[in-house]
Amino acid sequence: MAVSTPQRFAELRLAGVGRRFGATTALSDLDLTIRSGEFVALLGPSGCGKSTALNCLAGLLPLTSGSIWADGTRIDTVPPERRGFGMVFQNYALFPHLTARRNVAFGLQMRRLAKDEVRRRTDAALRLVQLAEHADKLPAQLSGGQQQRVAIARAIVLEPALVLMDEPLSNLDAKLRLEMRTEIRRLHQSLGLTTVYVTHDQEEALSLADRLVVLRDGRVQQVGTPEELHTQPVNWHVADFMGYRNLLPGTAVSVAAGRAEVTCGGLRLAGAAVGPVRAGDNVIVGVRPDDLAVGAGPNAIAAVVEVVEYRGNDVAVEARAGDGTALHLRTTQRLAPGDEVTLISDPARLLVFAAEPDAAPSEPDSAPAAPAEVRS
Amino acid sequence: MTRTLIPAEPAVAGTGGDPGLRHRLAERGVDARLLLLAPALLFFVLLFLYPFLYGLGLSFQPAEGGRLESYRKFFTDPYQRDTIWITLKISLPAALLNVLAAVPIAYRMRGRFRGRRLLTILLVVPITLGTVLTAEGLLNYLGPTGWLNRILLKLHLVDQPVQLIHNYAGVFFSLVITGFPFAFLLVQSYLSGIDSTLDSAAATLGAGSWQRFRRVTLPLLAPGLATTFCLTFVLAFSVFPSAVLVGNPAGSTRVLSIAAYQAAYEQYDYSMASAIAMVMAVVELVVIGLVLLWRGTLYTGSTGGKG
Repeated sequence: MAVSTPQRFAELRLAGVGRRFGATTALSDLDLTIRSGEFVALLGPSGCGKSTALNCLAGLLPLTSGSIWADGTRIDTVPPERRGFGMVFQNYALFPHLTARRNVAFGLQMRRLAKDEVRRRTDAALRLVQLAEHADKLPAQLSGGQQQRVAIARAIVLEPALVLMDEPLSNLDAKLRLEMRTEIRRLHQSLGLTTVYVTHDQEEALSLADRLVVLRDGRVQQVGTPEELHTQPVNWHVADFMGYRNLLPGTAVSVAAGRAEVTCGGLRLAGAAVGPVRAGDNVIVGVRPDDLAVGAGPNAIAAVVEVVEYRGNDVAVEARAGDGTALHLRTTQRLAPGDEVTLISDPARLLVFAAEPDAAPSEPDSAPAAPAEVRS
Repeated sequence: MTRTLIPAEPAVAGTGGDPGLRHRLAERGVDARLLLLAPALLFFVLLFLYPFLYGLGLSFQPAEGGRLESYRKFFTDPYQRDTIWITLKISLPAALLNVLAAVPIAYRMRGRFRGRRLLTILLVVPITLGTVLTAEGLLNYLGPTGWLNRILLKLHLVDQPVQLIHNYAGVFFSLVITGFPFAFLLVQSYLSGIDSTLDSAAATLGAGSWQRFRRVTLPLLAPGLATTFCLTFVLAFSVFPSAVLVGNPAGSTRVLSIAAYQAAYEQYDYSMASAIAMVMAVVELVVIGLVLLWRGTLYTGSTGGKG
C-alpha cells in the first residue's frame, strides 16, 4: 500500500469534534481552525481532554461527533497511516529494536522511497537534531533528551503537514526541558511546520505557542494569544490555570462601568469585572502574585508573612491577612516570617469573575482548621 | 565461628566476623537470605539431580555386554532408533502449529473488548481438562462411529469413515488441543509486555496494519515466541498418554516415551530404559539449543518503548 504524500493545507478545521468513552465525555464540541505554519498549544489540567483531542487529530481515536477538514477535504475518516501527520509521543515510543537511524528512516521506508533518498533525508534529520554521532545506537543506549530528539527527528523527517506533540517534555529534567523547548521553537520556525502541542504547563505553552486553547472537562474555555490569556482570562478556571494564584471567593457589593467593589471575608477590594457580574453576585477575585506588592496604595490589605521562598531575583511569599485569607506574592524586598506588611494591588490588575454556583476555587486557602488532637 | 566482643580485631574473628568480607559478599548477593533457596535446592537435588545421575549411571550398566551396550542396541535396532524420528515428527509440527496459531489469536485479542474474558476462558479450558479426558473426547468425536464421521457420511462427503484416531492424526490433534492454551497464554503475556503506543507511532509514520505487525510487533515478540516454542515442544516431546490412547502405540506413534516404558516395564531392562531416557534428553537439548541459538541473534531488550 503506497502512502500518499501529505496534503499541504492552508487551514485545518475542527468542527464540533467530540469523543466519548462509554458514559464519560472526554471532549465535546471542539471548534478550532489551525492555519498553516501556526503553533497551537492545547492547555489544561490532566483529564481535560487535550490528549484526546490530539489523538483524534492523529486518527488514533475515532470521533464520536463532529468532523475534521483539511481545506475542503474531510480527513477524520482517514486512518492514521494515511493522514501524513507526524506525532511525538509523551513516552517517545521509539522502536526499541531499531537504531536511532532506523527509527528515523522508518516512515521514509513506509513511503517506499529510494534507498539513497532515505539515507540522505535520515542523515539530514539526525544532523538537524544534533544526533549524527549517535545514529547507530539503540534507544536504550540514549539519554532521555537524546531519545526525545530522535522522536522529533522521526516525526519531522516526513515533512508532515501537521506535527502533533503530546507533552513531549514532561519526562525530562528541568534544565533539559528548557533546552528542548528552545529547540522545538527553533525547528518550528526554521522548517515552517504547523504544530499542535499538548501540555499542562502554562509557562511552556505561553513561551512556545502562537495561539493557546485552554480546555477544562472536555470543553474549550478560551482561545487566544499568549498575551490575551495571560492578561485577560475569561473565567476564574482559566485564571487559575494561567497563574492567578490568589483566588478569593467573595461577594460583589457594587458594579459600575466595569469596575467592581467586592467583599472577600473581611477584606474590601476594588477590581475590574470580567464578564457579567452584578451587585450581590458570588464572585471570585483573582490576582497574580506579581501584581501584589508591599507598600501603601489602593486595595490595602494588612497581612503577616508566613513563608518565604528564595527564588534568585525575588522571593515568593505566603502571607496571611487578618481574616485568615492566605495571599501569595512576589517581591524583591527582604521579608522574614512574622513581618507585618501592607499589601496593595492595582484595581485594573485585580480581576473579578462570576463564580459558578456549583464551583469553588480549586485551592480555597481557608484558615487552617484547628489541628485535630490524636488521642490514644 | 567465634564472636569476639573486641571490635579492634576483626581479622581473627573467623569467616563471618570480618565486616569487610561480609560487606563484600553482600555486595555480590551472598548473605543470609540465600538460605531461603535451601528448600528448593534440596528438592532439586533429591527429586531431579539424584534420579537423573542415577539413571545416567544405570544406562551405562547393561545386564550383559560393555558399558555402551544399551546405547549400541538402541541405535542398531531400527524399531528402537526410529522412535526418535517418530517423536520429532509429532512434536515439532505440533509445537510449531501451537505457536503459529496462538500468535494471530493473541494479537487480535489485544486491548479491551466485550467478551474478552469469556473468550480467554474458552481458549484456556482445554489445559485444565487433562490429556485423558481430551483423548476420550477425541475417541468419541473423531472415531469411526463418532459425530464427525457420521455427519460426513450423512452428507455423502465420504464413502467410509475417515481414520482420524489410533494413528498420527489422533495424537497430533490431542497435542494441539492440550498444547494450544499453553502457547496462547504465553504469547498473550509476551504481547501485553509490548508498549501499545509503538503501534500508534508506527501508524502515524505511515505503516499499515500488516507492516505494523511485521516491522514492530513481530521483532519484539520473536524472542518470546522462541521461548514459547521450546516450552510447548518439551510438552509435546514427552507425549505418552495420548500416544497410547488415541495413537498407534505399536507403529506410527511409537514415541520415545513408549519405547522407554516398554523397556522398563515389559522387558525389565532398566539400563535400556535409562539409555532411552538419556537419548530423549539429548534430542530435546539439541532442539532447544538450536532454537535458543536463533533467539540469541534477535533483539531481546526492553519492549516498553521508553529506554
